[in-house]
Amino acid sequence: MKNRRKNALILLFFACLLLLAITLAGGALSETASETNFAHKNLSPCPAYPFGIDWMGRDMLARTLAGLSLSIRVGGLTACVSAAIALALGTACALSGGWVDDLISWLIDLVMGVPHILLIILISLACGQGFWGVTAGVALTHWPSLARLVRGEVIQLCAAPWFRMSRRLGVSRGQLLRDHLLPHLLPQFLTGLILQFPHAILHEASVTFLGFGLPPEKPAIGVILEESMAYLTTGRWWLALFPGLTLVAVVALFALMGERLRLLLAPASAQD
Amino acid sequence: MKPILTVENLSVSFTRYGRGLSRVELNPIRRLSLAVEPGQVAAVVGASGSGKSLLAHAIFYLLPRNARVSGTLLYDGVPLTRPLAESLRGRELALIPQGVTYLDPMMKVGPQLCRGQRDQASRLRCRQALGRYGLGPEVEELYPFQLSGGMARRVLIASAVAGEPRLVVADEPTPGLDLRAAGRVLGHFRELAGQGAGVLFITHDLNLALTVADKIVVLQNGQTVDEVPACALQKGEGLTHPYTRALWRAMPQNAFDPGEEVGGP
Amino acid sequence: MRHRLQFTAKKLIRMALLLLGVSLTAFLLMDASPLDPLQTNVGQTALGSMSSEQIARLEEYWGANTPAAERYLGWLGSALRGDLGVSLLYRRPVPEVIGQRLANSLWLLVLAWALSGAAGLALGVLAGASRGRWPDRLVRGWCLLISSTPAFWLALLLLMVFAVWLKVLPVGLSVPIGAAAPTLAQRLRHALLPVLTLSITGAANIALHTREKVVDVLDSDYILFARARGEKHILRRHVLRNVALPAITLQFGSIGEIVGGSVVVEQVFSYPGLGQAAVAAGLGGDMPLLLGITVITAALVFGGNLVADLLYGVVDPRIRRGAARG
Repeated sequence: MKNRRKNALILLFFACLLLLAITLAGGALSETASETNFAHKNLSPCPAYPFGIDWMGRDMLARTLAGLSLSIRVGGLTACVSAAIALALGTACALSGGWVDDLISWLIDLVMGVPHILLIILISLACGQGFWGVTAGVALTHWPSLARLVRGEVIQLCAAPWFRMSRRLGVSRGQLLRDHLLPHLLPQFLTGLILQFPHAILHEASVTFLGFGLPPEKPAIGVILEESMAYLTTGRWWLALFPGLTLVAVVALFALMGERLRLLLAPASAQD
Repeated sequence: MKPILTVENLSVSFTRYGRGLSRVELNPIRRLSLAVEPGQVAAVVGASGSGKSLLAHAIFYLLPRNARVSGTLLYDGVPLTRPLAESLRGRELALIPQGVTYLDPMMKVGPQLCRGQRDQASRLRCRQALGRYGLGPEVEELYPFQLSGGMARRVLIASAVAGEPRLVVADEPTPGLDLRAAGRVLGHFRELAGQGAGVLFITHDLNLALTVADKIVVLQNGQTVDEVPACALQKGEGLTHPYTRALWRAMPQNAFDPGEEVGGP
Repeated sequence: MRHRLQFTAKKLIRMALLLLGVSLTAFLLMDASPLDPLQTNVGQTALGSMSSEQIARLEEYWGANTPAAERYLGWLGSALRGDLGVSLLYRRPVPEVIGQRLANSLWLLVLAWALSGAAGLALGVLAGASRGRWPDRLVRGWCLLISSTPAFWLALLLLMVFAVWLKVLPVGLSVPIGAAAPTLAQRLRHALLPVLTLSITGAANIALHTREKVVDVLDSDYILFARARGEKHILRRHVLRNVALPAITLQFGSIGEIVGGSVVVEQVFSYPGLGQAAVAAGLGGDMPLLLGITVITAALVFGGNLVADLLYGVVDPRIRRGAARG
């Protein structure tokens, strides 16, 4: 019988490698992505330019890679920040209880009550749009569900008999947190962190597409697709198809990684 | 008499993932053998975690999909295959489970008992089954969360025997009940056996098993280690297997000492 | 009964507090934005040609010199009387703009909400019931793919295929330009692609969560017992019944996602609904309108949660009977 966990590990490894390669390649190509060449423009995909050329003579492959790289970097930054917020607020909630718990729970409900996209737009506007606007927007809106998860886990752990017993035996809370809570929480937290990536990347792209995010001179996927809108009716399908398709692939890869990571980190699960 | 159920060399195993990449083979049941005759109550006694519930589920072909089963099951002398078991479930084969979690929390007791049949005859049959265990027709209108522990247990028995079972498998049907209520439940098993059914009573409680069973099958680590008549165990006579002897000595009325032999009473 | 009323009242108060919080948060965020109300409202060139006296009067009018707390209380006071201010972009009262836009969007939202719920439930039950086999793998793969797809790109894709390539559907606008009173058929034709986009994206999430619930139910003791008793129609009798509660939560919880999705999708299809108005208001610095839309949207989401809570009381016998006894 094949070992699904081993397969998951192999997949994780190659997915990481691929994403890293895209990030590095895109970063290196960011210059090429903005190079205009009016000598040949509006070329449909051909062997030399597999993703085609746009109306300003820019190589769509370079633009797409640069955009993906930007997406992954922004996604990574925002996912980490929002996961950190979730960890801090979730633990604070569970450990202090009382009005702190009530307040943070209320805040979670509040953030979840406004559609993400609208809230990101508002935060982005408050921060003056651009890179920092959209980063702040995405980072400040994606923590609630993970915070809820963390809160539940910590409460459950603190209610465990051995935990209360150790407390009574004089083990300090800080030590218990470090030695038991963190190791217990880490797998779930890591999985949650990876699973934030897809949402973060998609929301960044959407907000940029709407014009509240990354500035138009950056080769972001949202910008590329927004620009392509004007050329779709004239049949330049390649301007929208490949950038979108590769974005879906990158996001799906992150989602798949999160799922496999969950499988790997589960303490013991039945073979299915 | 020809046994209604024969289990020969039954093994059930699972593969689980340990931490990381390691895989662990679990063998909760290994080469288990027993036989139940019509009109007989056979008790399977084993410590908690000795795979007793899996035995019940294996007979009904209700094990999780990742379980691997080997060995022979015979029902009334013919091989008990999955299609045969599926056709017998709820008619000749009846399972009495452990507690109220085995009732659908969103459905009233009456419809659950009737298994979806709405005709007058089956409704009458259900009402009679309830009545047999001292439950009035008003119970049909209750949801499981409204039942007390004892009531729930009686509903489970009633729903299992609403057909006319030839083999009843009861899986730890008494935990959480006080002695009197448990005694009543066990009385019902005796009654079923009296009507000619074979009863397989799975429990961890040897004392309880002795009050009702005709014979005791002793399990250790998922393996049959001994099969003795109940009367022999009651008197403590003719116990050859050391584990059985240890079990017997561990009973409260017999010195309560599971240790090595120091001379019995 | 009294118990239920108390529960409802508590929920309503919580909802009002949350709405207050949303409006305050949105107000503070807009206040923090570097957009100058004077510049966005009056225009850079007009401002340049004015005397400082005129500018001072305008500043007073737009409240540039009053503290934020005072302005928020002022806004709140009028909002409670139903006055949400005047939209700077459309030069009409905000409730009027929102009302008209919402009427356009409602078609889209309700259709997409119902379709995504039904499709998601069906796919989720199918996948859960055939766990590990090919229908399950197919549904899960599809859901993973769709939840990795940005809604606006899916909209672009559908637009390319149906409107540009096959030329069977219009590119956008909820009504054909120039038509005064659109017929039902026309409305449907123009709402088709937006509804399709929103339904496809919405269904994926619901399907995945429903699948988890179905798997949980199928692993439960009572399903095991039902099978042991040789019951037929277990899926219909037990699984659907027990998936009903989480399905209610999922369905009413998806309102926020549908509304959020409509912001993006309406933009792609240039559908003149609430979502498009939100984008226009944000880009144009129309703070009163954006604030109004945010509050209304949040009210829709909280209202959905409230309805789900109340429906629980009707569907779940533990709450229904428990309340009747107490």
